[in-house]
Amino acid sequence: MSNLLTLTATQALAAMAKGEVSSVELTQAALARMEARKHLGASLLITSQHALQQAEAADKARKAGAGGPLLGLPIGIKDLYCTNGIRTTAASRILENFTPAYESTVTQKLWDAGAINLAKLNMDEFAMGGSNENSAFGPVKNPWDELRISGGSSGGSAAAVADYQCFAATGSDTGGSIRQPAAMCGVVGIKPTYGRCSRWGMVAFASSLDQAGIFARSVEDTALLLQTIAGHDEKDSTSAPLEVPNWVEELQKPLTLKGLKIGLPKEYFVEGLDARVKQAVMNAVKKFEAQGAEIIEVSLPTTEYAVAAYYIVAPAEAASNLARYDGMRYGLRVEGNGLVDTYTKTRTAGFGAEVKRRIMVGNYVLSSGYYDAYYTKAMQARTLIANDFAAAFKKVDVIMAPTAPTPAFKIGEKSADPVAMYLGDAFTIPASLAGLPGISVPAATVEEGGSTLPVGLQIIGNHWQEGKILQVAHAWQTMSGFTPLAIKE
Amino acid sequence: MSLPHNYEMVIGLEVHAQITTQSKLFSGSATAFGAEPNTQANSIDLGMPGMLPVLNAGAVDAGIKLGLAINATVNKTSVFARKNYYYPDLPKGYQISQYDKPIVEHGNIDIDLPDGTSKNIRITRMHLEEDAGKSIHDMGATNVSYVDLNRAGVPLMEIVSEPDLRTPEEAGAYMKKMRTLVRFLGICDGDMEKGNLRCDANVSVRKIGSDKLNTRCEIKNLNSIRHVMEAIQFEAERHVTVWESGGEVGQETRLWDPDAHETRTLRSKEDAHDYRYFPDPDLLPLNLKQERIEKIRATLPKLPDVLKQEFLKMGLAPEQAGLISSDKDIYDYFMKVPFRDVMPREIANWITGDLFAVLNKSGKDITESPVSPEDLGHLMNNINSGEISGKIAKQVFATMVETGDDPSTIISKGGLSQISDESALKAACEKALAANPEAVAKYKAGNERIFGSFVGFVMKETKGQANPELVNTLLKSLLA
Repeated sequence: MSNLLTLTATQALAAMAKGEVSSVELTQAALARMEARKHLGASLLITSQHALQQAEAADKARKAGAGGPLLGLPIGIKDLYCTNGIRTTAASRILENFTPAYESTVTQKLWDAGAINLAKLNMDEFAMGGSNENSAFGPVKNPWDELRISGGSSGGSAAAVADYQCFAATGSDTGGSIRQPAAMCGVVGIKPTYGRCSRWGMVAFASSLDQAGIFARSVEDTALLLQTIAGHDEKDSTSAPLEVPNWVEELQKPLTLKGLKIGLPKEYFVEGLDARVKQAVMNAVKKFEAQGAEIIEVSLPTTEYAVAAYYIVAPAEAASNLARYDGMRYGLRVEGNGLVDTYTKTRTAGFGAEVKRRIMVGNYVLSSGYYDAYYTKAMQARTLIANDFAAAFKKVDVIMAPTAPTPAFKIGEKSADPVAMYLGDAFTIPASLAGLPGISVPAATVEEGGSTLPVGLQIIGNHWQEGKILQVAHAWQTMSGFTPLAIKE
Repeated sequence: MSLPHNYEMVIGLEVHAQITTQSKLFSGSATAFGAEPNTQANSIDLGMPGMLPVLNAGAVDAGIKLGLAINATVNKTSVFARKNYYYPDLPKGYQISQYDKPIVEHGNIDIDLPDGTSKNIRITRMHLEEDAGKSIHDMGATNVSYVDLNRAGVPLMEIVSEPDLRTPEEAGAYMKKMRTLVRFLGICDGDMEKGNLRCDANVSVRKIGSDKLNTRCEIKNLNSIRHVMEAIQFEAERHVTVWESGGEVGQETRLWDPDAHETRTLRSKEDAHDYRYFPDPDLLPLNLKQERIEKIRATLPKLPDVLKQEFLKMGLAPEQAGLISSDKDIYDYFMKVPFRDVMPREIANWITGDLFAVLNKSGKDITESPVSPEDLGHLMNNINSGEISGKIAKQVFATMVETGDDPSTIISKGGLSQISDESALKAACEKALAANPEAVAKYKAGNERIFGSFVGFVMKETKGQANPELVNTLLKSLLA
């Protein structure tokens, strides 16, 4: 049965359409693998019964000639999408027993299209982290080397897709939480333009940055799922009232690489960037150049302020967004002596160390007397960073850069040094602050400590140019010669 | 009310007016008053994970209306901000409000003082915000608190005045004017008892002649005009006592205890919250197009100051013009009375005289009047057309109050129509003269005052139904 699971989503859908395999068969295979591979820590809740019911219904619908574009496709869901009647934890103790009575817009669109919900997937608590070590329910191990991190915060999604436990998965990206784990696990991960997808029903981390996105093993699959979840939602005021293009169709048209202007931001190729990662990215750039693309060095001079600005804005919003977890209406409640003591005990027990750190930082930077020095300055830096990109996109079609400065490091290696961990997001954060779409696609593998580890190529596009970066990523995937992880039994 | 030792008060009010919308400021939950606790709160109001606010356009329109009505600037861009604090009746841990970019700024209104003069009061700003829920603390043996989230998310306007008010009477007049205004605009019920209009008062005192602003105290949650006035007077006197005894007034937030008739410290400046305001990233800045503002301007109703002038021109007495233009319910009643244009003054007299007497006696509001405006108008028309006399009208009115019947039914049932038949009345007049030869003689001798006795005789004969003008004419011609 394992061979079935190495199909891409597009291939699996085609096989079902031809009657070669049923959704129940695919779902059973995926569920069995998920159970067998639990030790990786990718899943938090395997929804077997629910998945099989959905699969049976999908098979019936197919027989009746009905059903959407993802009919019968088993996928995984990052555990910050609220799922009606299915526990949703955001990998936090404070929501350990929380079952929403509503469905997020993104997941509803997936079910409406016929997708099957296999599992709720592990993540850093409240999406805060870059290694998935901040999950209250344990880290996610990298399927390429189980001693290493999966990346984060959508580590469960990246690992589950890389490990063939599902055909695709949802993620969310605030400062790199899709692109970075995609790079670490050797899969494709896209974060669309801020406002492209509805945030309704996604547990919020930093509202002005959070954006839904997709993990899959092929760019084509990524396009298919992204066009399913994208679109305006009147329940989210920040979702853009724009038509969603048919990106899958756009990928069918051959892209002329001749004359494609690729920007290389010089500020991304600096000290701290692993030489092998740099090599992998430059090799990719050279292949594009060989195909006739024009390589242009661009400058994003305010890049150096991005990490600092991000770690002010995101914690500020998070401190406020997480104030609702107070033990009064739902979630964990630890009874104390009176109101303030109950708040304190509940939140002390409910939140992990990194979440607490960010709540403290967030409240500090918003407090009277510090607001202008931190929050206002960070917002000004954010504007400058967006202006840098706007200037660059006057000269180039896409920007190419490494996704992360290093391949996956060992679990526990950076736990004692949060700043070192934060710097790992330096290449993904700028696009997040500017609200731009970005995709990470496997560039190459490198050898480290006896392990073969994947490295990601990041392609950043201008606002609403998801079609463009998908096309370029697709072109890369067809010529990269990247060898995916072999399925492990 | 005044202060000893040559002090004057400096008062600014923050009025919270609940906007009359069907649904909440950022969710689709209903806003009806008096529903069972927690039956009008959905996932958004409960602050469930992943829930997002969507701005209620009707509440924004109400804000624009107020802005235009107080001659203020309606800002083309305003921003919703989060006011962060923890309390069990605040489900999200923050209130969505407006902070440094409110929707309305720089307005003013004229308040009407009891001595008939008026005074212009500047309004600093008005912003839109959501209400919190309601906490009910059971201080009994169980010592538990209950939270009702029906009110959580209900739209409010916070209207902040400049410290232009100098007496509790001015503060009271300001509240009355604000209530009148929001009710005429149809944007708030203005019912202080139900809490949909309440205010915080900022009070300080200074020596008359000084333009210094001394330390102020804020008195929270005053929910009647009387409380506003009494609390301010108490607080100002307290300040004078502190200053005069050589002490210093500390900046505080205080509560008015109407039973003890005093204000009490709620929290001092040291305990003041740091609300950590910042723009709400879940909401885009509110951008208003001039078109939308103009469209609303075109639908603005006539406002009290304009109405008062119109009523004065119609011939209403100043007191009546003031009353009818300042009470929305009386105004609505008055405007529904037919034949209002023909005899405005008479109708106003009947409303403020006979009708008010009846309402006062039964403790009813004009909206519960036993006499409909339509019936009152027809009664007035019956007088005007000569169908009945003013005297009979009083009798008909009493029956209308008692039975609820319309005037024409009462008149025809009771045979109360005025006798205007000349031949019938002539006979009664002749009888009156014939029966009183001595009086006739006196009249002819020059005693004109005795004429009334002939009229009285005819009225008695006709059970009061004779047309008095016709009787006068007939008697005079017979006596000539």
